[in-house]
Amino acid sequence: MNEPATFERIDSGGGAALCFSGDLSLARIGDLPKRLEAVQGPVSRIDLHQIERIDTVGAWLVHRFARDHGAEIVGLQPDEAHLLEQVAAAECPVEKPRPQAGLIPRVLGEVGEAVVTAGKTLYGLLGFLGATLIAFWNVATHPSRFRFNATVHRFEIVGVTALGIIGLMSFLIGIVIAQQGAVQLRQFGAEIYTINLVGRITLRELGVLMTAIMVAGRSGSAFAAQIGTMKLTEEVDAMRTIGVSPLEALVLPRTIAVVLMMPLLAFYSSLIGIIGGGLLCWIALDIPPITFIMKIREVVPMTDLWICLIKAPVFGIIIALAGCFQGMQVEGDAEQVGHRTTTAVVQAIFLVIVLDAFFAVFFSGIGWK
Amino acid sequence: MSRPPKSDTIIKVRGLRNAFGDAVVHDGLDLDVRRGEILGVVGGSGTGKSVLMRSIIGLQTPVEGQIEVFGETTIGRDETEAMDVRKRWGILFQGGALFSTLTVAENVQVPLKEFYPQLDQQLLDEIAGYKVVMSGLPADASPKYPAELSGGMKKRAGLARALALDPELLFLDEPTAGLDPIGAAAFDDLTASLQKTLGLTVFLITHDLDTLYAICDRVAVLADKKVIAVGTIPELLALDHPWIQEYFNGPRGRAAVASTTRHAAREDQV
Repeated sequence: MNEPATFERIDSGGGAALCFSGDLSLARIGDLPKRLEAVQGPVSRIDLHQIERIDTVGAWLVHRFARDHGAEIVGLQPDEAHLLEQVAAAECPVEKPRPQAGLIPRVLGEVGEAVVTAGKTLYGLLGFLGATLIAFWNVATHPSRFRFNATVHRFEIVGVTALGIIGLMSFLIGIVIAQQGAVQLRQFGAEIYTINLVGRITLRELGVLMTAIMVAGRSGSAFAAQIGTMKLTEEVDAMRTIGVSPLEALVLPRTIAVVLMMPLLAFYSSLIGIIGGGLLCWIALDIPPITFIMKIREVVPMTDLWICLIKAPVFGIIIALAGCFQGMQVEGDAEQVGHRTTTAVVQAIFLVIVLDAFFAVFFSGIGWK
Repeated sequence: MSRPPKSDTIIKVRGLRNAFGDAVVHDGLDLDVRRGEILGVVGGSGTGKSVLMRSIIGLQTPVEGQIEVFGETTIGRDETEAMDVRKRWGILFQGGALFSTLTVAENVQVPLKEFYPQLDQQLLDEIAGYKVVMSGLPADASPKYPAELSGGMKKRAGLARALALDPELLFLDEPTAGLDPIGAAAFDDLTASLQKTLGLTVFLITHDLDTLYAICDRVAVLADKKVIAVGTIPELLALDHPWIQEYFNGPRGRAAVASTTRHAAREDQV
């Protein structure tokens, strides 16, 4: 192993000289930079006769010291002198990062930016909806351009493979609602109304809402990540240049798949939720399944099913559009893909819940209570 | 910076076998890289040039075989030992592989901070500054993010990061692919001059015949899952292997020779 880099100060008639020795390389410099900074007084000469090796970091330290003290460098081999020259020639000023603004202006600035971004996103999303509808119209008038296989493939990914997880989730939610309902309603001796609670809330609200959240998490995020990655690898650009519309090839099959699968999944979810609730009623409240089913038919109006089936495709459009739109916004680097994917899911769930509130008011308003 | 004798072997690969499922990429591959040389590695697409590099640097665990770098076996040793070797090499991946969330200067500082935490920020900034310029980037590229750079600039930034630790051994995976001829020639000059000033050993994967003629001391040819020949270009040309003949004597090969000769003639005049 080579000796660590070090130096010695020699004061002679013609001014002080620093005499370096050892291995002047990154691995062996140790605290040399600090010791060099501590050197006081004028130094007119840097002697490198005794060094064993020098690399660019060593050369830089020597160069920096020589520059700051106006010292002359002596005792280099030709190769080493060349290295020093190259390092010196490559010197460039270090840019200082701009000082950050104070807390209040920064918070205000961020809030302002967030508002502008939200506005732009909403505008962009509406534009994207329009573009998708135009693409849909084009495909509808030229059915040969419809990508049947791609769409059916999405059916499977969005719909069939989601059955397991959505079923399990709905089953558990049905049980939880029935259990909580039973505990509360028992206080009034009205356990029988647990059936109303389970039947109506799953079909009208929770089935479709939980399905939408699950689909946004499973498929909306996947859309954003897939399309985003395709943007990064220039696949989307390649499509455009070949004359394939990315909206027709990527966005439309996904949107159609989600719009068609959502009602099916939501109905399935409601059904499983009711089964879960029924099971709990049977076990905890001693209501036999046959009574439960009879009672469900009695208390759940047909309009609840319509509400479920009307809301589901609308939520589906929101999820698919948010996913595809955010995917198409990816530009630059891999971090964008992650960021856009997160945004797609958050946006989809947020818009679904906002719209759900509007739907609740609307359906009550038209008398579907 | 006296150069040790040429026979000093830095990378030693023996009986390397790599396979992905049923597809065998390397079978019984041997290769030596000597200290201080620029070794060009050539081969048709899919002959496993990059896989060979990944095996040597430990990203790909081979099925069989021995790999020694700086005289130490790289396969199956623990992380702490591996770190000591990693300090001594730098790698430029094909696409640059810059960390996209960091600026160019920060990218260069990553290995420095990782291995030498005692360096202060001022010195780190200065080191990053001259590395960036030495790699042929303008000084104002330092605060930029990789997404703001062109393909050629990304390669140079990748090289700056590969050179951050002043390595003894440099792996370059197709450094000139995708660069314009002027940029590629400048990159060759840069590699050669860094090799000379820093005493580097360079393991260079390339398809660029100009690069091979201009800067490589020796060339290793990958074919039939092995290194079928290693030597200087005249030595390779003396061999009677169809692929080698085709490669160096094809139209592009001849053009590269012509340009190298012209270049040399011009330098003689000056």
